[in-house]
Amino acid sequence: MTGDRRYPEAASGPFEEPPLSFTDREDRKIEIRPYDGSTAAFEALVEMYTAFDPADRAQGIPPGKESRVRTWLEGILSEDCLNVIAWDGETVAGHSTLVPDGDDDYELAIFVLQAYQEAGIGTHLIESLLGYGATHGIHKVWLTVERWNHPAVSLYEKVGFETTGAESFELEMAIRLGETD
Amino acid sequence: MKVLLAFDGSEASVDALERTVERAADAGDELTVAITDPDPEADSREALAERAESLVADTELSVTVRHVEGQPGSELVAIAESEAFDEIVLGGNTTSPMGKISIDQTAEFVLLNSHITVTLVR
Repeated sequence: MTGDRRYPEAASGPFEEPPLSFTDREDRKIEIRPYDGSTAAFEALVEMYTAFDPADRAQGIPPGKESRVRTWLEGILSEDCLNVIAWDGETVAGHSTLVPDGDDDYELAIFVLQAYQEAGIGTHLIESLLGYGATHGIHKVWLTVERWNHPAVSLYEKVGFETTGAESFELEMAIRLGETD
Repeated sequence: MKVLLAFDGSEASVDALERTVERAADAGDELTVAITDPDPEADSREALAERAESLVADTELSVTVRHVEGQPGSELVAIAESEAFDEIVLGGNTTSPMGKISIDQTAEFVLLNSHITVTLVR
């Protein structure tokens, strides 16, 4: 994943910023907070990803075994990455992450646990991650998505991602984030 | 079994080569390493050929190294089919910073167009 990636001309945003809370469409109170680096939060994420339905894996992530989930999480929860978590009490309902790719590009991924899908959590989660990213000076964010994954593609389009590459199995999409004060 | 392995010097292809050599040595396969246009970050074709030969030097295996010009996907499929290979082996994965795996264009072409078995090493 190198080379000159295209980004939309127009900037998107501003987006809401974490922490925030809302009631989802199933009447659950969901709180979105940045990852605080605690062991409890790490273990709660491990729990979510080991419970993750293999049908919702994308391009090999999350990995299938707990040991590999831990190694993968250690990488994306490191200090140069930005992570936000959607909590239902002590349970992780969803997680979204920005991982640096070179100097000023970031790759985004978002995962919502099956029981929490289609409840409006993904929209808040991705918007709050983009808001959090913008306040950290991030302006260029990209992702890849399997082209048949229509719910995901619709979500990305709704927040401002545009398709920038459609040559291979996956679509590549990118967004430019506006300046914040 | 006659195995055709594509090698462009990328990390994924080195991994595929190492694992295929190991398997071929165990199974007594006949291995051909097809050097394709080197990955932008890899060495020259000559260095790739030397690397492939040094990897098999420690084994009982005899390996044929040949150079493939042009579009690697279609060339690999053509060689494999016209010369009665049993299997094409590819690295062909790249991993994004996030850890997402994507399939490069050579692998995509071979997977979709080959009439013989394709192994994608990951």
